[in-house]
Amino acid sequence: MTCWDPRIEEMSKDDLQALQYKHLKTLVYKLYSFSPFYHGRMKAANVHPDDIRSLQDIVKLPFMYKKDLRDNYPDKMFLGGQDELVRYHVSSGTTGKPTVVGYTQNDLNNWSESVARALTSIGLGRKDIIQISYGYGLFTGGLGLHYGAERIGATVVPASVGNTERQIELIQDLNVTAICCTPSYMVHLAETSKKMGVDIAKDTRLRTAVLGAEPWSEKMRRRIKELTGVKAYDIYGTSELSGPLFTECTEQNGIHVWGDLAYVEVLDPETGEQLGPGEKGELVVTMLQKEALPMIRYRIGDITSYDDSVCPCGRSHVRISRISGRVDDMLIIRGINVFPSQVEHTLLGIPELGEHFQIEVDRKGALDTMLVRVELKPTAFSDKVNDMMSIKNKVAHALHSSLNIAAEVELMEPGTLTRFEGKAKRVVDRRSFE
Amino acid sequence: MSYTIKQISIFAENRPGRLAAIADALEEEKINIYAFSIAEASGFGIIRALVSDPAKAHSKLTQLGYAVSFTDVIGVKMRDEPGGLKDIARIVGETGINIEYAYAYSGKKEAVLVVRVDQVEDAIRALQANGVHLLHESELA
Repeated sequence: MTCWDPRIEEMSKDDLQALQYKHLKTLVYKLYSFSPFYHGRMKAANVHPDDIRSLQDIVKLPFMYKKDLRDNYPDKMFLGGQDELVRYHVSSGTTGKPTVVGYTQNDLNNWSESVARALTSIGLGRKDIIQISYGYGLFTGGLGLHYGAERIGATVVPASVGNTERQIELIQDLNVTAICCTPSYMVHLAETSKKMGVDIAKDTRLRTAVLGAEPWSEKMRRRIKELTGVKAYDIYGTSELSGPLFTECTEQNGIHVWGDLAYVEVLDPETGEQLGPGEKGELVVTMLQKEALPMIRYRIGDITSYDDSVCPCGRSHVRISRISGRVDDMLIIRGINVFPSQVEHTLLGIPELGEHFQIEVDRKGALDTMLVRVELKPTAFSDKVNDMMSIKNKVAHALHSSLNIAAEVELMEPGTLTRFEGKAKRVVDRRSFE
Repeated sequence: MSYTIKQISIFAENRPGRLAAIADALEEEKINIYAFSIAEASGFGIIRALVSDPAKAHSKLTQLGYAVSFTDVIGVKMRDEPGGLKDIARIVGETGINIEYAYAYSGKKEAVLVVRVDQVEDAIRALQANGVHLLHESELA
């Protein structure tokens, strides 16, 4: 086993905890002094930085939520001035407002370092040619893996998304050994190559896939192996934490979360109490070294469990299990987070529509599709097909620009969508992650 | 004397049974359908009909929750024999009237081309000036 940074990765539990405590203490003082947002929250919780006298005292600290980022849009939770920032990433938010994440140079360094350790832990290195088939741009997937892969000295093919046949040609022609993409895209790639008469196992050198940004399963891992001979690894991260950060190692028994960068808790989502190893609950992460947008006890909403035993690979850092669900109704469609509330917010702004809607998510082949059914308001009805088509197109356009993914729109007769008493069930998810 | 005819238009989802449901509601009110057409777009349709009692049809369907509207159309009488449509189409073309949509039915006395145009009154004047016979609302029943 090779480590990118053995000093950190194989650190004893005690030393790691001491390091975490040191970082936590610094972080809390910094936020209390310089973040009006978190200062206020600590005051309200009646906690002072001096109350943090051990790593376990983290439970005294108030939580952060995605809503906080929305309420403080775009940058009111940032520390330091704009001149400290070297990059922004932007992801879709819960009610139309996106979430903006800023990065200092140190933030980017730590992010790349995290990805470099992760890629090394699955056996990638200088001899590898890594195709990055995540979107490049405001989404963190492309650039996050790009810089991590460059850091380990691998040769990067920044393919981004789309044009699958061309991607397969590149894999063949450039002797690509590893690919980073969503699990559904990996399946799509396997199916497309088959249609093209390319046998990935025989005709290419592709042996490793780093898959994330979307829920997937062990069954899907086996299916990818059968279809392509490629060994697939799970990668985890969210834009608020920086982006994709952590992966499984070659043991494929949990995702290593680098303890010097992130402190992991798993909580009972109802009570907020900490759960023990192996118990399923809500993942809460404190980013110990983030500068521009520090995150303390951030309630991501993903459901997992943790294992703090030393991994057979030798790494001492805590491992989290594959994400098994969400505590809220967030959907992940083609790697993009979509909240039904976001759809609702967008539709409310369109006067031709009634207030009821339904979201249907499906997987056609290997790609996710989203259909939004909306009711036409009787007063908006026009006898002209063109007028009706333009209402439909307007809805599709509004959804695309607020969600960042394309949605099919179906105009329904007034009153035909199911009415719910109490909590509405607006989402039908027909996808199978098996 | 008005030659504008009230057509009733109904928004319908593209799924089986929608037309039957609408026709059923009209039958219940003893409303006769003289002519109708369906314009189909992606995922939805617009049903257009000339009926014996447009006001009653409108209120019944609205009550049932349908999106309904009235549209003024013109009924152009045609000879019900070969060449009938050609004569009318030529005149319409010569008057420069822009037809948004049209459909036809063949009645007991004559065939009728139902047309929807931008400027209804202008079109009526132009057609009559060219000797075209138009259907009067009262002739529908």
